[in-house]
Amino acid sequence: MQEAMIKRAKELLADGSVDRVIGWKRGEFAYDMTPAVFTSAEELDSEFIFDDFTSANVSKYLVKETAKEGKILAFLKPCDTYSFNQLIKEHRIDRDKVYVIGIPGGPKLDIEKIKAKGITGILSVKNEDYTLKIETLYGEETMPFSEAILDKCASCKSKKHVVYDELIGEDGDVLDSNRFDMVEKLENMTAQERFDFWRDQLSKCIRCNACRNVCPACTCENCVFDNPKSGIDNKAPADSFEENMFHIIRAFHVAGRCTDCGECSRVCPQHIPLHLLNRKFIKDINELYGEYQAGADTTSRAPLNTYTKDDCEPSIVHERGVE
Amino acid sequence: MQRIGVFVCHCGTNIAATVDVKAVAEALGHEPGVVISQDYQYMCSESGQELVKNAIREQKLTGVVICSCSPRMHENTFRKAAASAGLNPYLVEIANIREQCSWIHKEVANATDKAIILGKAAVAKVHLNTPLNSMESPVVKRALVIGGGIAGIQTALDIAEAGFDVDIVEKQPTIGGKMAQIDKTFPTLDCAACILTPKMVEASQNERITIHSFSEVEDVKGFVGNFTVKIRKKARFVDETKCTGCGLCTEKCPMKKVPNEFNLGLDNRSAIYIPFAQAVPKVATIDPNYCMMMKTGKCGVCSKVCSVGAIDYKQQDTIIEQQYGAIVVATGFNPINLDKYDEFAYNQCPDVVTSLELERLMNAAGPNGGTLLRPSDKSHPHTIVFVQCVGSRCDDEKGKPYCSKICCMYTAKHAMLIREKYPDTEVYVFYIDVRTPGKNFDEFYRRAVEQYNVHYIKGMVGKVTPKSDGKIDVQASDLLANEQLHIDADMVVLAAAIEPDKTARPLATMLTTQMDTNDFFTEAHPKLRPVESATAGIFLSGACQGPKDIPETVAQGSAAAAKAIGLLCKNSITCNPCVAHSDELMCNGCSSCEKVCPYGAITYIDKEFRMPDRTTKVRRVASVNPAVCQGCGACTVACPSGAMDLNGFSNSQIMAEVDAICK
Amino acid sequence: MQVNENFEPVIVAFCCNWCSYAGADLSGTNRLNYPSNVKIIRVPCSCRVNPMFILRAFQKGADGVIICGCHPGDCHYTSGNYFTRRRITLLYSMLDFLGIERNRTRLEWVSAAEGAKFAATMEQFTADVKALGPNRRLEDLRCRKQ
Repeated sequence: MQEAMIKRAKELLADGSVDRVIGWKRGEFAYDMTPAVFTSAEELDSEFIFDDFTSANVSKYLVKETAKEGKILAFLKPCDTYSFNQLIKEHRIDRDKVYVIGIPGGPKLDIEKIKAKGITGILSVKNEDYTLKIETLYGEETMPFSEAILDKCASCKSKKHVVYDELIGEDGDVLDSNRFDMVEKLENMTAQERFDFWRDQLSKCIRCNACRNVCPACTCENCVFDNPKSGIDNKAPADSFEENMFHIIRAFHVAGRCTDCGECSRVCPQHIPLHLLNRKFIKDINELYGEYQAGADTTSRAPLNTYTKDDCEPSIVHERGVE
Repeated sequence: MQRIGVFVCHCGTNIAATVDVKAVAEALGHEPGVVISQDYQYMCSESGQELVKNAIREQKLTGVVICSCSPRMHENTFRKAAASAGLNPYLVEIANIREQCSWIHKEVANATDKAIILGKAAVAKVHLNTPLNSMESPVVKRALVIGGGIAGIQTALDIAEAGFDVDIVEKQPTIGGKMAQIDKTFPTLDCAACILTPKMVEASQNERITIHSFSEVEDVKGFVGNFTVKIRKKARFVDETKCTGCGLCTEKCPMKKVPNEFNLGLDNRSAIYIPFAQAVPKVATIDPNYCMMMKTGKCGVCSKVCSVGAIDYKQQDTIIEQQYGAIVVATGFNPINLDKYDEFAYNQCPDVVTSLELERLMNAAGPNGGTLLRPSDKSHPHTIVFVQCVGSRCDDEKGKPYCSKICCMYTAKHAMLIREKYPDTEVYVFYIDVRTPGKNFDEFYRRAVEQYNVHYIKGMVGKVTPKSDGKIDVQASDLLANEQLHIDADMVVLAAAIEPDKTARPLATMLTTQMDTNDFFTEAHPKLRPVESATAGIFLSGACQGPKDIPETVAQGSAAAAKAIGLLCKNSITCNPCVAHSDELMCNGCSSCEKVCPYGAITYIDKEFRMPDRTTKVRRVASVNPAVCQGCGACTVACPSGAMDLNGFSNSQIMAEVDAICK
Repeated sequence: MQVNENFEPVIVAFCCNWCSYAGADLSGTNRLNYPSNVKIIRVPCSCRVNPMFILRAFQKGADGVIICGCHPGDCHYTSGNYFTRRRITLLYSMLDFLGIERNRTRLEWVSAAEGAKFAATMEQFTADVKALGPNRRLEDLRCRKQ
C-alpha cells in the first residue's frame, strides 16, 4: 500500500496536479508516526510512511495547508474523510486546493497497549499474519494483533469514504458499531457512580491542550479559552472555572460537529476517555433528534443549528436512565 | 478607572417598607468603583432624576446603577436622564428591587440581603458596559398590503390618502375578498356590494394605489423601513393592460362547466371568466385546468372574439421585486372544511349548506338570482334549521377552540331576512349561547326573536339525516325544555367556524411574525398594541389577527394604516443598538451563527488581515447588519469561539452578574 | 438524604426579557411570594443563555440554575426558544451523565401573563434544590481523589 501511495503521489507531483503531499513520517521512535508535508519525490521516497501506526487524522492540517498557495494531495482514511467533509461544511478547508486520495482505514495499533504488556525498549513492530513481532532492545516479543489495536479502531463506525477524488484500495461500508456501549454502561450507573467515574478521570487532566490541538472540530482561529472577552479566559490560577469546566465546554462546542474520530482520547497523555463525552452528545442527538453523522455530507444542518417544533423538553433527562 | 454612582429608590413605601434602602445604599457604596451611593424617595420623579444628573456631572460618573422598579418600567426614563447629563444612556443599569424583591418578600432582612445582591450584580455588569450609539436607518416611503379584502382595501385607501404609495397583493383575480360574497350586512341590513364596490373602485382609481391581483408574495427580505419583497404575478393568460372587461369572451367560451368559486360551486362559470360583475380589476382570467385551447390546443374562441387582442395563451408568471417601508398583513379568513362533520350530512345532502353558501343562494347575483331555493330540487324551503357553533368553541381536533364571533349575528340576519321575504317559512336556530356584544347587536337579535318569531332553541343538534322524501330529519335536544326534538327540515344551514387563510402560515414565516396555535397572527400587545406585530414594520389588519365582523375589520384596517403612516412619515428610524457583533479576529467564518439567525442579519465577507509577519491573509468572517439584527443572541451561543457577542448583554457582562450573585 | 433545614440554596434564574422576566414582574405586581433564594438575570431571549453561564454559576457556588423563556411558538424572536430547548436538553443530559443531580437544573416556559406560574415554579424549584443540599459536585469535578 505504501508503495502504491508513494508512486501515485510522485505522479501527481510530477505532472503538476499538486504542489505538496500530506502524509506521515517517522518521529523519534519506530511507532511514532506524525503527519508531515512532502514537496519532492526524494522526500517521499526517503520519509513517507504508511503502516499500522499511521493513525493520525491529517484533515485538520489542511486548514492551514489550504490557506497557502497551491494544491495539496491528502491521503485520507475513511474516518478522516468525515472530519474533512465537516471542515468543508464549516468553510475551514478550501476544497479546490485539495486532491483527496481515499486509502483503507485501520485497525491501527496502540503502542500503549503493547507497552502495557510489559514490553519495553521497542525498536520495531511488524505485523505477520495478525501476530505482532516486536523487536526490542532485549530481544523479540510477540503478541496478537487484535490485542493491540486502538480503542477508536475497535469501535470503528465506518469503512466508507464520504469524499475522495480517487481511491487506492477498496471502499467499505458504514459499520454497525458498538461505539455507544461504554456510554450506555455509564448511563446505567447511579449518579454517584458516574460522578466518581468522571472525577477520577477528569482529575488526571494536566490541561496540556493535546485534545484541543488534535481535534479536527477545534479549528477556531482563537479558542474561546484564549479569548479575553469571553469572560471565561483566565490564565491566573485564582480562578478554577476554566480548569474545571474545560472538557464540558469543549464537548459542548463540538457537539453536533464532532465526527467521533477518537483522536482526543488517542492523544491524551493521561488516557482520559474524552471521546465518551462526545459520544454521549452524539448518542443523545441520535436518540432525541434523529440519526445524525457529522461530516457524512457537507450540506445538512448541524443538529444544534436547527430545531423542530415538536422537539422534546429538557425534562426528558428525568425520564431516561438512572438518577 | 470606573466611577460608578448607585441610586436606591424608596418608591414611597413600595420598596422602603420591606427593603432597608439605607443599608442597601451603604453596602453598595463599598463595591469597587462606586464613588457615590444614595437613596431617595422617588428616583423617577423630576427631583430624583435631577439627583442622578447632578451626580453624573459633579462626580464625572462613568456608570449608573438605579435600584428601583423593573427596567420594563423606567429603564428608558433613566437612560434619557443620563443622556441629558452627558452620559451615554447605555451606561445605565437597573437593579429590579421592587417587582423582584420588595413586593414578593416579607422579611426585611431577607429582602434587604437580596436587594444588595441584585445591586452588586448590576454594579458588576455596569463595570463592563460600553457606550452604545443607535444607528439610523432610512425608511422607504411605500407600503405593501397583503390581501385585498375589505381590511386590505381600507388600509390601502387610508395610506394612499396620507400621501404614500401603496401596493395591494391579492391572490384572487379580483379584490373584494369575503365581503364581496356577502349579501347583506348586520345590524343594518344594507347591501354589502353597495358599500364595498365603491371602495374597490376608489382603490383602483387612486393614483397612489397599485393593485397586483392574481399575485402572491413569494419572498420577504429586509427589515423595518426597508423590506424587499418578491411578488409573483401569476399568469392569467390575458393581457391586463389590454383587456377592457367587456365579457364577450366569457359568453362565447364553449367550456361552461367549471365550478364557480365565487358562488362556492353552487353554479358554473366558463373557462375564461370574470369572477363577478363588479370585479376589480375587471379583467378576464383563463383557467388553464379547463381551457380547451390550453389542454388540447383546439379552440381559441376567446382569442378570436377579443377585439383588443388581449388573449395570450403563452403568458408566464412574472416576478416583481419592490422595496417597502411597511407591510400590512390582511390575509383574512375562510370557513373551515366540514368534511369531518358527517353528523351534519354536509357532504351527503346538497340542501345542507354553510352560511356563506346561503349568502350566495340569497344574493341577487347568486345562482338563483336572489330567490331562496333548495339546491337539490330548486323548490321553496318551508322549514329551515340553523346550527350554530359548527366547529367553533370545540374541544376536539375537528374544530377550533375559539368563538368565531360573527356567526350569532349573521345567523340572526339570515333568519330575519328569510322571515321577512318568506313569511311562510319557519326558522329554527340551535345555539349554545347567543353572543351579541356590539353596537345595536342585541337589539338586532331581539328583533329576530320578538318581531320575526324566529325559533331560538338552546341545544345541540345531534344528527342530520337526509330522508327519502327529500326532507331532512334534524335530531336535536332542547336544553331548556329538557327534551329531544325531531324537526322535518327542508334546508339546514351550518354556521361553520372561521379560520385564518392557509397562506397566512408560510407568510408569517417569511415575515418572521408570530402566530398563535390557531394560526392567527399575534399582535405585539393584546391590549396596547393590537394592530402591530411584534416584528417592527409589520402591521395586522382584519381577521388575520382574530375573528372580526366588518365594522371591526374596517376599524382595525384604518388603525393599521395609521400605524404604517406613522412609520412612513419618518425619514429614518432609530435602531436598537443592543445588537450582535462579530470580532473579526476571532471569527472562523464557520457559518454556525448564520444558521440560527431568524432575521438573516448575518452575512460573510472575505476580509484581508495583516499578519504579524507583515504578510496578508484573506479569511471569511461574519458580518452583522446592525439595522437587521434584533438582538436575540442566538448567534452568540452558536459561535464556538466566542467571536460573536451581544451589545448590552455580552458574555463577560452576564458572567459578571453570575459571579456577583453566586459569590 | 439528610435535609439541612438551615441550608439556603443560591439559585440563579435566567429570564427572557419578553415573557419570563415580565412574568416575574407580574408575580411581583400581584404580590405572589416566592423564596428570596432566587436571583434573576435578565437576558433578551432564552437563546442568549450560553451553557458556559450555567456551568459558571454552578462552579461559583450556585446550587440550582433555572432558565425561563417564552412558550415554544411564542418567542419574540420567532425561533430563539427552539434553539434553547435543544441546547439546554443536551447540556442537562450531559450534566446528568457527569453525575450532577438532575433537580439542580430546570427549564420552564413562563409567559408574561403567568405570574402565578412563575412564583409556583420558583417555589417548587427552590424546595427541590433545598432537598438536595449544597452543590459540591460540579465544583469538585476535577479535585484529586482524597
